[in-house]
Formats: sequence, C-alpha cells, structure tokens
Amino acid sequence: MVSMRTPTRRQISVFAIVLVPLILYPLLVRGSFPLHVMIMVFLFAMMGVAWNIMGGYAGMFSFGQVAFFGIGAYTSSYLLTTYHVSPWIGLLAGGILAALAAAAIGIPCSNLRGHYFAIASIAFAEIVRIHFNNWKLVGAAEGLTLPILPQSFKNFEFHSTKVPYYYILLGFLILSLLVCLWVSTSRMGFYFRAIKESHELAKVVGINFVHYRLIAIMISAFLTAMAGTFYAQYILYLDPDSVLILPISVQVVLVAMLGGAGSIMGPVIGAAILLPISELTRVWLGPKGTGIDMVVYGTLIMLISAYQPQGVWGLLSRIGKGKA
Amino acid sequence: MSAAPLLEVQGISKHFGGLWANDNISFTVGDGDIVGIIGPNGSGKSTLFNCITGFYRPDAGRVLYHGRDITHLSADRICKMGIARTFQIVQVISDMTVLENVMTGAFLHIPRKRAARAKAEEVLAFTGLWEKRDAAATSLTIPDKKRLEVSMALATQPKLLMLDEAMAGLTPVELREMMTLVRKVQENGVTLVIVEHVMEAVMELSHRVIGINSGRKIVEDVPEKIVVNPEVIRAYLGERYHARH
Amino acid sequence: MGSDVLQQVVNSLLIGSVYSLVAIGLTLIWGVMNIINFAHGDFLMLGMFIAFWCYTLLHLDPVFSIPICAAVLFILGAAIYRFIVSKVMSGPLLAQLVVTFGVSIFLANLAVMLWTPDFRLIEKPLLSGTWSLGAVQLSIPKFAASLGSVLVSAGVLLFLKKTKTGKAILAVEMNRESALLVGINTDRINALSFGMGSALVGIAGAFLAMYYYIYPQVGGLFGLISFCIVALGGFGSIEGAFIAGILIGFVQTLGGYYFDPAYKYALVFLVYLITVWIRPQGLLGW
Repeated sequence: MVSMRTPTRRQISVFAIVLVPLILYPLLVRGSFPLHVMIMVFLFAMMGVAWNIMGGYAGMFSFGQVAFFGIGAYTSSYLLTTYHVSPWIGLLAGGILAALAAAAIGIPCSNLRGHYFAIASIAFAEIVRIHFNNWKLVGAAEGLTLPILPQSFKNFEFHSTKVPYYYILLGFLILSLLVCLWVSTSRMGFYFRAIKESHELAKVVGINFVHYRLIAIMISAFLTAMAGTFYAQYILYLDPDSVLILPISVQVVLVAMLGGAGSIMGPVIGAAILLPISELTRVWLGPKGTGIDMVVYGTLIMLISAYQPQGVWGLLSRIGKGKA
Repeated sequence: MSAAPLLEVQGISKHFGGLWANDNISFTVGDGDIVGIIGPNGSGKSTLFNCITGFYRPDAGRVLYHGRDITHLSADRICKMGIARTFQIVQVISDMTVLENVMTGAFLHIPRKRAARAKAEEVLAFTGLWEKRDAAATSLTIPDKKRLEVSMALATQPKLLMLDEAMAGLTPVELREMMTLVRKVQENGVTLVIVEHVMEAVMELSHRVIGINSGRKIVEDVPEKIVVNPEVIRAYLGERYHARH
Repeated sequence: MGSDVLQQVVNSLLIGSVYSLVAIGLTLIWGVMNIINFAHGDFLMLGMFIAFWCYTLLHLDPVFSIPICAAVLFILGAAIYRFIVSKVMSGPLLAQLVVTFGVSIFLANLAVMLWTPDFRLIEKPLLSGTWSLGAVQLSIPKFAASLGSVLVSAGVLLFLKKTKTGKAILAVEMNRESALLVGINTDRINALSFGMGSALVGIAGAFLAMYYYIYPQVGGLFGLISFCIVALGGFGSIEGAFIAGILIGFVQTLGGYYFDPAYKYALVFLVYLITVWIRPQGLLGW
C-alpha cells in the first residue's frame, strides 16, 4: 500500500543517504562506461517514474511511452538542426507537444482499461513510428544528426566527458521524483487511485475521470519527452529505430514493475537493477549479434513476472510487515 | 421538513434489448424523507437507481432535482450537485486507508488537503469508523466496508443519499447498527432513498415505501399499508413460493 | 478501373482471411483466460520456421507440414501455459501483461540465435504460380492459404459449438466461476485453449510460409495487428475476430493501394483506435 502522507523525516533521510553516493559517483569511477550505465539507469528511472504517474497510480498501463520519448527527442532536435533553437527551449517545446499528443490519444482511449488500453497505447506508438519513418521533414528513416557544437551547458552538448550529462540527468530525475511526490500526496493522487480502482467508484465521489485521466497522461508524457530530448543531446543522432521502438516502452514498464508500480522510488530501484544487467549483457554477450543477451533478458522478464510481480518494493514492504 | 419535492422522478423508462427494465416509473421525494423502494429480484430497482444517478441514460422520462432537470447529466456532475449513492457490491479504494478513502470523497467540495482530512475525520466519527481510520480499506469486514462506503458518500456533502441494498447480508446486530446510522444521517438533514430486500429495515425506517415489480411501480404507501397490500404480497409470495419449491 | 478495385478486393480477402486465423487463435486464449499472449506473433514466426525447416531438411512441402506445425505449437503453447503463464494468473494485471512480452523477446531472439536474422524463402512450393481470372490475378499459394484459413476457422467454430470439450471452452469463456461450479476443470481448459490457440497460429504460419519471407522478427508486426484485430472484434468473440480480420485486410490493402503503401499499417492502427473510441468493447464483444 502506498503512503499518501507527506514524507516522514526518516524517508527524507534515506533519500538523502542514497543521494550522496550518487553525487559522488562520477568522482569515484574511471572511464566512461560506468558513467554511461548510470546515465541509462537515470534515463529509464525517469521514464519509469513518469510511467508510474499514469500507470501505477491511475491504472493506465501504457506500453506506448516511447511515442512521447520520440516526440520529445525529435522536437528539440528538429528545432535545433533547422532553426538553431536552443535545446533547452526545445526541451520545453518537446514536452508540450508530447503532452498535446497525449491529450489527443487520451480522449479516444478515455474509457479503455487493462488490456484494451495497453493495446491502444502500442497502436498509437506504432502510428507515430511509422509516420516519422516516412516523414521527410524529420529525415524519414535516416533520422536527424545533431550539429556538433562547442561543449557547454548552454549548448547541452559535452564531448570530452560524460560527467555533465550525468549531473543534468540526475537533476531531471530528482525533478521527476518531486513531481511524482507532489502528484502522489495531492488531491490529484487520491483521484488517480480512485480511477485506478474503478471508473464507477470515481464517478460516485464526483470525479470526472476523463479529465483526470488526461491530466495523468499529459504529465507522464511531458516528463518522458524530457528524457527524449536528453537522449538526443546525449547521442547526437536519432532515427525511428532508435527512439520510437516498442522495446523501449517495454523496458520502461519493466523498470516500474520490477521496482514496484505505485511507489515513488520503485522505478529507481527497478532501473538500478535492470539497466546494468541490460547494458552488461549487451556488452558481454551482444556484440556477436547472436541475440543471446536478449534471450537472457526475456528469461529475466518471465521469471520476474511469475515469481516477484510485486517488485522489489513489494518484497521490502512484505519484509517490513513481517518485522512489525 | 419542507413540502417542496427534492427529487421528482417522472415516467422513467429504460429498456435493454426487448426488455423494459423500467416502465414509466414516477414518484417524488420530499426534503427530509426516507423513501424505501422494494421489489423482487430483477424488478428493476438497480436500473432505476442507475437512471436517477446518471449511470444509465433513461430512454424516456425525466429526473428533476431541486426543480432542475438532471436526466442527462453525467454521474459525477450529479454527485457534485448533491446526490450520492452506494453500490450493491461494495466498492472501496484498495490502495488506501479508511481515512484516505473518505478524504477522496471530501475533496469534492473541499480542495485543500488539511481541511479535507478534518472533514473526513468528522464523517468517520459520525459513522463510527474513526478508530479504524488508519486501517487498510481492504482489511475491513463487509459491514465495515459498507459503513466506509456510506462515509465516502457522506463526505461529498450530499442532500440526497441513495443506498443500494445496504442492509444485505448483515447479522441482526449489524443490521441494527446500520439502521441507527441511517436514522442519524436523516436527522442530520440528508434525505434518503433506500432500495432494500430486508423488510424489517425498510418498514421501520421509511416514511413511505414504493413497490416495484417487473419494471413497473405497483404501489406507493406508508409501510403499514404496504405489508397488507395484495399486489405486494403476490409479487413476493410468488417469489417465496418458487424458492421453497 | 473496375478491375483494379476487384483485384484489391481479392487481395484484401486473401490477406484478411489469414489474419482472421491468426486472430482467432489469439482471441481463444484471451476469451478463456483473459490474457493477451503478446508472443502470439512469435508463435506465428515459429510456425513459419517449422514449415521452412521441414521443407529444407525433410523436403516436405508446407502443405504437408501443417499437422507438424500444429502439433509442435500446440505442445509449446500448452507448455508455456503450464510452466510460465499459469504462475501469473493469480498475480497483478501488470505482471500478466508483461510476462508474455518476456516470452516474445525470448522466442524472437532464440530464433536469431539458432537461425540467424537472415531472410528465408521457400523456393519451390507445391502450390505456386498465378491464375488469371479475367482481370484479376490470383496468386495460387495466397489463395490456398486463404482457403485453408477459412476452412480451419470454420472447423474451430464447429469444434467449439458441437463438441463437449469445445462447449466446455465456451462455458469457461462466458463465466469462469459458473464453469467451475459445474465441474469443468478450468486449469485443463486453460492449457487446452492456450495449446489450441497456438496450434491455430502455427497452422497460419505454415500457410504463410508458402509465399512469405521467413525471418525471426516477422512476428512483431503480425502480432501487433492481431492484437488490434482481436480487440476490434471484441474480447473472446471468434466470429468477431473473423470479421475484424477480413475488415483489417481491407483497410490494409485498400489503404495501401489508394493512400500510401508505407502507411498501410498505420491506417490499420488508426482504424482500430477510432473503432475502439466509438465502441470500446469491440464490434461483437460484450
């Protein structure tokens, strides 16, 4: 069960204790791969937190988050390459566009739940992918290559080291967590949970569930799009096959589920476990192209779903209850 | 108690496929009344509830609340206007505590969290669940869950509360407690319409009783006259006869 | 101009009927267990590969591999139910949604591991060539696949409505608790349905192998389209899945021909979203 109260002093100090090593991490490791792994962890943690707002809290299990990720990435990249707009402004623009797209898809899907909603979200993401794959304006299948600019915070590009990327993304992640915290403990959070329980129940306490479902999707979309912009600035290249594919959506859901859907820190834990495994298996087993890394990954998914579906948070709270 | 009707149901009809679940049902409810609705299973009581509270669209007829036509309004708007209801199969929010459930209802008219919590605690004290306020909603017994549902409804500050078989499946002691609660609610200025099978409850609580059978209203009278009404007896005795054989 | 339309209509029916068979397999599983098998497309891929290897190694034409594909996929489906899916049935909805994604990723990449990502094609199937019927070109393997799909679909419907086991499956589909009460072993029905649904899509794979390219990732798009078809037809409705399959065949073919071939799948998804907006429970769902 999720706490709706404002965090206790103990929870805040736990968070601070975890934060300190994260802040020190770049100073303690050598080479760019460990930084890359943590950046991936933060990226998917952020998207997992965003997913949680509409999924874990409001009960809309989206398997199409990659659409918002891609819209964010493409918007800021297109504005940068074509109009030389700062990526920071592009970040906001991408978020807004993604939120609008979320509203556009949210309305026809406003009555869908469970499996139906999941399939609709996948269909939506595929439409976006197919469209971008054929849209000359954004490079169709070839995608966009971002201009290499002198590295600076203002340009949102760094070439000699990944450390600034690390801290920026950590900042984004903390922002997302704060948004999630705010949602969770506010009236909106109560309403989301009522909607998750049942539309009838929501109606009966006067909740316009269509309205609130839209809000949940839009917040989720905005944050996910921010992650997309970051990714574009990090890799400096994007195409539909790298930022609009289903496996990204699935990974987001897994991260949230593994950590514990419906808890604030859950996706962070999930990402911290899943992404290193994913990156390491890709590096060790992947390069030959045999696919064995993904076979391992698929097996992992099956095992987690079958044997620990409540995720780590669920496990911890069970242990906690056992002690009490 | 004012004589002006709080709720007017005029000729409500609703069909599903070829079946008329509600056929031209009309009645009024005055401010401060407790009106009971009885009828055998399948007579259309729940459909009527749903038509009044915005869960179904009636095919014909009107529902007026304080003189305003609410027939085609959505369920959440109707709730905002002051009509609350419970469900036959009790529904509470699983992920939350008892208090948080009631706060969700309180938020309707009280947007600020602290004030909503205060209201919720007040309601819980009223309905007798205050001691269990921090328990998980799912851990409650059925009678307590029903009480929680009523609490959530009361937190939305309704003028009219509609209870759908709230007394079903209760032991005699629990029944007494629920009946006491209903009376308390009415004394606090809330009008009630209760659909019930438990005759004892309906007869004791209601000022007036409406009998429904096969989608039609067959009688409307004071409780004493209802029990000796031949149509009511036929509707029920027929049912009881089948149950025994 | 008229013959153009006729050709497109024929093409629509040809692909639509195969889609229908794939979707029927999926809706059987969904209707009985309330689980979407996100690996369904990958089962199709396996069916196609089995037909290919039977052809390459055993010199068995796809027509004759049909029973093999059906049998292997039946066993695989039942096994996946028994050892993986059944564990999730009592768990949270999210886990149920995710678990078959795991199966999908596992199978698609196992295929890459075993058989490389290369595209394969059955070079000289028994049924090949084209009939010229007036202005319409009818590809013989496509016609055979289509006819076969319709026959198998009809067979499934007959099985469900007329046999004892079939009726038991329908009973569980309609009301699980009641079925339990009348003594139906719902766990066995689950396994049977999962097996049957998988066998059906295995057969569809054998049909497709007669003329389609065979490669590990082929399941992805087919799977996705079959989810849309099933949701469009209505949860658990076999007739609905059949009709929706044909419909989607039309949307894809006509949309690709008259609008833009690159967008044909996008149109399919768009039609699905619009339909589900107007009628959330699908065409024939309850």
